[in-house]
Amino acid sequence: MTEDKLQIFIDGVVRYFEHTADNDMRVGTPYLASNADPISMDYTGIIGISGNNKGCVYFTAPKIMLKHLMMSLGEPDTSEANMIDLVGEVANTISGNARRELGKDFMISVPVVVSGAPSKIHLPSEMRSYVVPAVWRSYSAAVVICLQA
Amino acid sequence: MLKLMVVDDSNIIRSKICRAHNADKFEIVATATDGAEAIAFFEMHHPQVVTMDLTMPNIDGIECIARLAAINPEVLILVVSALSDQATGIEALEKGASGFLLKPFSENDLRAALDELTEHLND
Repeated sequence: MTEDKLQIFIDGVVRYFEHTADNDMRVGTPYLASNADPISMDYTGIIGISGNNKGCVYFTAPKIMLKHLMMSLGEPDTSEANMIDLVGEVANTISGNARRELGKDFMISVPVVVSGAPSKIHLPSEMRSYVVPAVWRSYSAAVVICLQA
Repeated sequence: MLKLMVVDDSNIIRSKICRAHNADKFEIVATATDGAEAIAFFEMHHPQVVTMDLTMPNIDGIECIARLAAINPEVLILVVSALSDQATGIEALEKGASGFLLKPFSENDLRAALDELTEHLND
């Protein structure tokens, strides 16, 4: 994956958090990680990618961050069901926004949300993923991009 | 009052639109979680304005826009989606949508988009 393509997703993360009441987002230095041990926090929203690119993009975050993010978005119902919904919606928004640069053939699925165990995230073992760390307020989350160009 | 239907598979987004719309101008008559539900509710409640997500299970937003426009060509459909490529926007307009609001959006963005969509109805 090129640096330009990675930047598209970094911009997507920043754009998403710009729309929260606490626009205090810092993006860390992206790094490559082995798919044998995918990074995973309390909830993970996964978007399957098909078309010109194949793979997935996912957003993973701790429960407490999602709860505060919902409050920041003005959502009064911070139930677990809404946390699951939100983590999927963040992944969907970041992936969907990438189509501005990547075009219509960057085809995205509806979100699939998993909780907890990294074993539930299956990534192609022969590939590595880019991890984009994201710190919002004091909470750490990550966007992971695993794409076959 | 204009009858408004909200279509999105995300509860967070449906809730945001229900909270943020101008309640002096719109009455929410239905909320739907996918395209199939939207078509059923459309025939039941006859909304004049619809906010429409595109990436949804069962019947997706593009197909749903075409079906709603076939039932009532006068319906005003505001696409509310993260899909930011030009081709998708054009396709939605060709199928019968009247406006496009990109996610993520603020409550002011939504109100402005709905006002612009329905501006001519004030005349």
